[in-house]
Amino acid sequence: MANLNQLTVHALQDLLRSGQVSPGEILTDCLSRIEQVENKVKAFITLTPELAKLQAEQAQAFLAAPSAGPQSPLAGIPMALKDNMCTKGVLTSCASKILHNFIPPYDGTMAEKLQQNHAIMVGKLNMDEFAMGSSTENSGFYPTANPWDLNRVPGGSSGGSAAAVAAEEVIFALGSDTGGSIRLPAAFCGVVGLKPTYGRVSRYGLVSYASSLDQIGPLTRDVTDCALVLNAIAGHDPRDATSAPVAVPDYTTFLKPDLKGMKVGIPREYLGAGLDPAVATVIQKAFRQLEELGAICEETSLPHTEYALPAYYLIATAEASSNLARYDGVRYGHRSDTADDIITMFNQTRAEGFGQEVKRRIMLGTYALSSGYYDAYYLKALKVRTLIKQDFDRAFEQYDLLVSPTAPNVAFKFGEKEDPLAMYLTDVCTIPVNLAGLPGISIPCGFAQGMPVGLQMIGRPFAEGTLLQAAYAYEQSTDWHRQKPELGVR
Amino acid sequence: MATEYEAVIGLEVHTELKTKSKIFCSCPTTFGGESNTHVCPVCLGLPGVLPVLNRNVVACAIKAGLALNCDIAEFSKFDRKNYYYPDLPKNFQITQYDLPICYGGYLEIRVKGEKKRIGITRIHMEEDAGKLVHQGETISRSEHTSVDYNRTGVPLLEIVSAPDLRTSEEARLYLEKLKAILEYLDISDFKMEEGSLRCDANISIRPKGSIELGTRTEIKNMNSFRALQRALEYEIQRHIKTLADGKKIIQETRTWDEGKGVTLSLRSKEEAHDYRYFPEPDLPPLVIDRAWVAELRQQQPELPDARQARFIRDYGIPDYDAQILTNSRALADYYEAVCQLYPNPKIISNWVMGELLRCLNAEGLEIIEAKVSPQHLADMLKLMDQGTISGKIAKTVFEEMFRTGQDPARIVKEKNLVQITDEAAIAEIVNQVIQTNPKVVEDYKNGTEKAFGFLVGQVMKQTRGKASPALVNRLLKERIESMA
Ligand SMILES: [Zn+2]
Repeated sequence: MANLNQLTVHALQDLLRSGQVSPGEILTDCLSRIEQVENKVKAFITLTPELAKLQAEQAQAFLAAPSAGPQSPLAGIPMALKDNMCTKGVLTSCASKILHNFIPPYDGTMAEKLQQNHAIMVGKLNMDEFAMGSSTENSGFYPTANPWDLNRVPGGSSGGSAAAVAAEEVIFALGSDTGGSIRLPAAFCGVVGLKPTYGRVSRYGLVSYASSLDQIGPLTRDVTDCALVLNAIAGHDPRDATSAPVAVPDYTTFLKPDLKGMKVGIPREYLGAGLDPAVATVIQKAFRQLEELGAICEETSLPHTEYALPAYYLIATAEASSNLARYDGVRYGHRSDTADDIITMFNQTRAEGFGQEVKRRIMLGTYALSSGYYDAYYLKALKVRTLIKQDFDRAFEQYDLLVSPTAPNVAFKFGEKEDPLAMYLTDVCTIPVNLAGLPGISIPCGFAQGMPVGLQMIGRPFAEGTLLQAAYAYEQSTDWHRQKPELGVR
Repeated sequence: MATEYEAVIGLEVHTELKTKSKIFCSCPTTFGGESNTHVCPVCLGLPGVLPVLNRNVVACAIKAGLALNCDIAEFSKFDRKNYYYPDLPKNFQITQYDLPICYGGYLEIRVKGEKKRIGITRIHMEEDAGKLVHQGETISRSEHTSVDYNRTGVPLLEIVSAPDLRTSEEARLYLEKLKAILEYLDISDFKMEEGSLRCDANISIRPKGSIELGTRTEIKNMNSFRALQRALEYEIQRHIKTLADGKKIIQETRTWDEGKGVTLSLRSKEEAHDYRYFPEPDLPPLVIDRAWVAELRQQQPELPDARQARFIRDYGIPDYDAQILTNSRALADYYEAVCQLYPNPKIISNWVMGELLRCLNAEGLEIIEAKVSPQHLADMLKLMDQGTISGKIAKTVFEEMFRTGQDPARIVKEKNLVQITDEAAIAEIVNQVIQTNPKVVEDYKNGTEKAFGFLVGQVMKQTRGKASPALVNRLLKERIESMA
């Protein structure tokens, strides 16, 4: 039998239910895997093995209790959270030096929900600082490596989440996605990553980067696990006014290997210049596979796509410039000890605590909101956002689903994209989805240059079920999700 | 001839709302408490928290808007005002910028007997900041500064008037009327001296009759009704003098120095902050349900103007009395409570506006803190009617009731203040006074009316004011006439 850390949530659930394994045994396998590979992958910022052992015992008791009622499929399953989700008593740093010592006095909704489901948290995962980046190279501590090639980036910003799942250190992880931060690392690391509809999952406890775009979602080994985790984390939260009071269906009921009659649009703008030909080949094959499964695929257009990237870098940075203003050294986190007065303390604390990319985005956003520039930049970006939404609305009048590559290229080497603009272009296929607030999923669909390629599917608002159905049908007809990385160097 | 100027004044009033919990979290809004005890992750702005709007705050804002004849927006939203200050945990304030909840209203004041309508440009909701406690005078001159976040997130209404006020007196009348209305609505305590109300003014002057506006200055830090009037008066004169000296008014923000009685420059227009307002992405836009507005309109209590009219109509008291009595809801309630117990509204009004307000002002108390209950006041008035005490003694009894809260009958009994109506007893004192003051008696007989008053006074003095004045008058007259 394979080591337990290599299995899926649903496989482990069967073993747990039949009493063949205990949560403690699963945890042991995960912890020894971490012991074995973490020095190469560096997916974690914080490990919490003691807390995890305690939770495993509690999960054991819960599973054994005859009165346990409807059992959570996540009970006893080891997982980890991106380090921008607040966990009471456990460091939540956002991979930033400015929060290197921030231990939240409260649990965010994700930590709470996973505890209620008796999932086991083994630690907090590395990321680009404050979720700003596409490679996890912007972590204030150290970069995470891609398990498929340790010389390459895992993608970002949820690079730690994707790498930990791909390297079989945990069974699933949560990430957050502001412009592709779940889907891109999922694609680069060959796992499943879902960004739900804006408002589907509570943001309470998620340290904000760009409030109107941020959304939490699962990174898993396969689509079934994705549905199971989404079941556990979705739903309205009275502590998040932007979370939607929309009923949560059982997402596993959508998992049917059938795409007959499903109308699928392929936006031509997502296959434009900049698309790596090797990736294009893999993607074209995936489209044909969808047709074989009964989908009707047609080329379509989202004409305002080219404006999405600039609009995103105005809206996201504007919100970030305000969201990150609270890190001033007064109440928590890093405080400069070189300052003698309040203004210098603010300035020095922020100069010392924030990394280059965060500073760049704060400055960009501050500028976009400044009087005299607001209309030309921020307001115009909002108008572009509306146009992009309308593009999608029109497309969804005809299609149930839109498909595209998740990224125009496979994972790149460390240091390869030093020009921030080149890095930003990695997100061209994912960013419009956040601007429109739609659900998007990335699933493994092949390899190019030996590295995983992700297929992105985009759905109507709150149509995660449709996404999961299509993703499941595709997945069941291929075995890309069963490929394992060697944790070596190519 | 010197140019005659008129001032153009607009007021921005910030007042704390009396909701039980804060605007974006469930912490209590109660005053006091150890520093940083009425706080939670949300109002401390910890990483990861989100605001959730308190519906009661919106209800208060709508009530204020309706009472001030505003339109209630169908679509409103919150915005962020970005600036760095350590009393602001997020380094931005959640407020409303371009789509306030209420707009385009007015209130009426009475200037020299004439009604005048003052426009209300807008009303919006926002969160309060915390409080800095400096070791020295200011944050830059202190060894260290502590910060208390108990007030952070307490809901505020900002009510902005149109520049319709022409004198410092009108400004004071406007603020008093606003206070009365908010008090009637029971949504704000409006205690300026305690800081639950803050008022800033925009002011400019122009030659009388001109329609162009002069350069304006903004005045901050006026912490009482008196300070408001003084500061505006000072600023109007400063503008006039500046122009008379051939200089120009500089557009700037100034602060009122209560001790020195002057306004001082705080910052120029060039130094003004760029607050980088933008829509608050953590709160969905507010869509105000019309049915809710209608329901709140229905529940609107009687407001000062309506109550004043009713007092004139139902109690037959003069305009002036009705205005004073209805200025404060609590005072009007008190007055009406006495009216339920005693049949002469004008006499009640005399006592409430006279003795009661005088005693309250002297002690610096609010009407709700008064120990003398409406029942006690009514009982005292009845004791006067029954002749048990005289009007003069009643003032003593009232002061005692005010001080101790005891009922009047008991005070009269314990202090032996019962009016002497025994004719024989008074006659004896009258005889004695006549005998010891023959010269005064003579003066009176010769037509000096004042002399009679002196004799009455002497009798009252000997009876420690307890003699029935009517009886004293009659007996004195009878005796003196019988002497002739
Ligand atoms: Zn609070």
